[in-house]
Amino acid sequence: MSEQHSEQHHIASPTLYLTIFAALMICTFLTVVAAKIDLNQYFSGLNIIVALTIAVFKASLVVLFFMHAKYSPKRTQLVIIASVFWLAIMLFMTMSDYVSRSWT
Amino acid sequence: MSATPAAVNQMPREHYLNATWGIRSWLLTTDHKRIALLYLASVTFFFFIGGAFATMIRIHLLSPKGLLVTPETYNKLFTMHGVAMIFFFLIPSIPAVLGNFLLPIMIGAKDLAFPKINLLSWYIYLVGGCFVLYSFSTGGLDTGWTFYTPLSSVYSNSAVTPAVLGVFINGFSSILTGLNFIVTVHTMRAPGMTWFRLPLFVWAQYATSIIFILGTPVIAITLLLAGLERVFHLGFFNPALGGDPILFQHLFWFYSHPAVYIMILPAMGVISEIIPTFARKPIFGYSFIAGSSIAIAVIGFFVWAHHMFVTGESTYAALTFSLLSYLVAIPSAVKVFNWTSTLYKGSISYDTPMLYALGFIGLFLIGGLTGLFLACLGLDIHLHDTYFVIAHFHYIMVGGAVMGYVGGLHYWWPKITGKLYPEFLARIAAITLFLGFNLTFFPQFILGYLGMPRRYASYPPEFQVLNVMSTAGASILALGYLLPMIYLTWSMRYGAIAGPNPWPGTGLEWRTPSPPPTENFDVTPEVTWEPYDYDNRPDLGLDVSGAPALAHGDD
Amino acid sequence: MHRTGELYEQYRTLEQQRETASLGMWIFLSTEVLFFAGLFMTYTLNRSTYPDIFSEASKTIKLSWGAINTVVLIGSSLTMAMAVWASQTGKKKALTWFLIATLVLGTVFLGIKSVEYHDKYVEHHIPGWNFQFEPGADAATNAHAQLFFSLYFGMTGLHALHMIIGAGLLLWLIRESLRGRFTPEYNTPVENIGLYWHFVDIVWIFLFPLLYLIDRH
Repeated sequence: MSEQHSEQHHIASPTLYLTIFAALMICTFLTVVAAKIDLNQYFSGLNIIVALTIAVFKASLVVLFFMHAKYSPKRTQLVIIASVFWLAIMLFMTMSDYVSRSWT
Repeated sequence: MSATPAAVNQMPREHYLNATWGIRSWLLTTDHKRIALLYLASVTFFFFIGGAFATMIRIHLLSPKGLLVTPETYNKLFTMHGVAMIFFFLIPSIPAVLGNFLLPIMIGAKDLAFPKINLLSWYIYLVGGCFVLYSFSTGGLDTGWTFYTPLSSVYSNSAVTPAVLGVFINGFSSILTGLNFIVTVHTMRAPGMTWFRLPLFVWAQYATSIIFILGTPVIAITLLLAGLERVFHLGFFNPALGGDPILFQHLFWFYSHPAVYIMILPAMGVISEIIPTFARKPIFGYSFIAGSSIAIAVIGFFVWAHHMFVTGESTYAALTFSLLSYLVAIPSAVKVFNWTSTLYKGSISYDTPMLYALGFIGLFLIGGLTGLFLACLGLDIHLHDTYFVIAHFHYIMVGGAVMGYVGGLHYWWPKITGKLYPEFLARIAAITLFLGFNLTFFPQFILGYLGMPRRYASYPPEFQVLNVMSTAGASILALGYLLPMIYLTWSMRYGAIAGPNPWPGTGLEWRTPSPPPTENFDVTPEVTWEPYDYDNRPDLGLDVSGAPALAHGDD
Repeated sequence: MHRTGELYEQYRTLEQQRETASLGMWIFLSTEVLFFAGLFMTYTLNRSTYPDIFSEASKTIKLSWGAINTVVLIGSSLTMAMAVWASQTGKKKALTWFLIATLVLGTVFLGIKSVEYHDKYVEHHIPGWNFQFEPGADAATNAHAQLFFSLYFGMTGLHALHMIIGAGLLLWLIRESLRGRFTPEYNTPVENIGLYWHFVDIVWIFLFPLLYLIDRH
């Protein structure tokens, strides 16, 4: 099968895992600190934007390294992209209704 | 019947049906072919339950005041008709019966990727079915098959909780089937079976499975929330408690609109197999048909709120969803054009499956085009919740999906059982079905356009003639369903022996004995030919010299 | 039954069998994403409708427990990743220990979660069951706060259910690894249950800021 050659076992090193773990801990710390500062006074909704950006970054680290998506075959990456994309369809298309109701 | 290559056909000595005996060998089987037959029996059972409710509805509507039941009971009849037919017949019918049986054989595999999970999904279906039957028999269900809140979560006095639970559980059966199919197509193909040599039926199943795995979990969580709201008096979708009922509709249709394509896409796959076989021609525009299946599955996720044009959703959202809905017409039309182009200058034989296929094209065309009426913002205000909608989706689901299912059942019946059904009787049945269907549902377009609303137990007297016509059609339709039921069962024992390739077809499934051995093929096949290549298949024993193979002969 | 690294009859090669299992797990996880998506959608809409009450209600859950649990769960993801590494490199003893560590951390997470749930029970913050947001809160405030807590319990409850299933799977992995079943050639169950565990971790990575960190200033 054509995909076979690309999926050889990639074994990541424990050092990499520890580095990722450290990064995740730092991000967790940052997100708690960011929540304690009133960022909304600079830009409305900045608090949640920061919180979600950090969360997306953390999730990406877990997917790419802990779950080896970085070293996975293309079709695995496609599955990941598809599920995120479908989640986005639901959130954006549904909210588009609520947000635009007040427009005239 | 067309010429069969072998002079005398014989049943194989050992095949999947007689390999092992006893009830355990069926209930614990992991053979995809036997699981397909288990599904065949169970979806047929639910088809009869749903059919019984439909019969009562049509009898009731013979008279303007209603003949049979109280309005409250009428609400339950159409709800239970919808729930049984949609969740327990239409959605599993082609994927879980024909798909289960054929998908591994068509790609040259011994079984699906996860045979035990396949069996598990049948049991999950049964458990879900039991909950729903429990709801039907203890108070019934009157929310409409859509379970709209807050009717379902607060006000309905019928047995909503077990029904919601049943549909929730049944969802996991769909998810597991879809997961199994996608993985199977990716990893289990025989040597030489490249993506663009896959039969179009497999493409259709693959597209359907995308919806299964990405859509079904959403209806599961949505119904779970509605059920929790009902049991614990929570407020997610209840405006009295700050919740939003429109949100329920968004989440519900996020799955349930794509679910329409779960029903029609596999039927389109069946038609794409039948047409080239009985036109004796390579299918026209293979890659376009394959691609349009995927396109329908994906675009189908962008159109759901066209079910909600009259709910007070934003005008801008409605505009967007309306425009996107029109887009679905493009891949659908691509399919119809390709099928008709395949017919052009083919040497067509009107065997029973072909009658179903031709019927499908006509009915799907009407169903599809009236869908465009409903996607149109202004017109939908007039037609919303009328019998026009009922007629439209029955043309798609019964005229489309069920015609495809019954046609496919005929087409592959010789493969499944090793026996031929009585051809003459089958043609009569196909024509009866087609006529009965049109007589049942075409009057409903007119009724709807004149303003008869759906879900009402009574109607003004001037609508009676059309309603009586519809009921008369329904009785012919019922006959059209009973006939195949009887002669297909009869043929299992008394039918003529079919041989491996009675039509003949070009796919891998026709290269193995009928019925196939448990492991599908005696040796793993290697695919060296292109799909539907009737021009280069001397092994089929067709007389190609007389066939008008040159498509551009005299134009 | 299936023994170590044996080929199931429907496959042609072990490599095919391994790929198939991995793809199956990923597709299962994609359905899980859409399963949780319904809850995230409901959350998004309700929070945008009632921002102030969501903020008030969020402040009644203890940030410290949530933060500690985040650390615990990410830690368990680390040990799970290390377990996969140990199985790939044939370190059978280390594999068992990493799996046990993962299970212990998972159990700690669930323990802390139940302490939090108990706090909510004491405060009458359990939706549909004597719910009272604050003494003297009017009916609307109460109803809208109850929406927050319905989502809080719905989301963390579904997440906890996944953790419990994951803990069961880990128990099985530990038993099998004590029997020495996993080798560098055959470690599909470790890898796939690892994927599942990381997925559950990712859900929490989003739940933490959405439920605990609304306007903590």
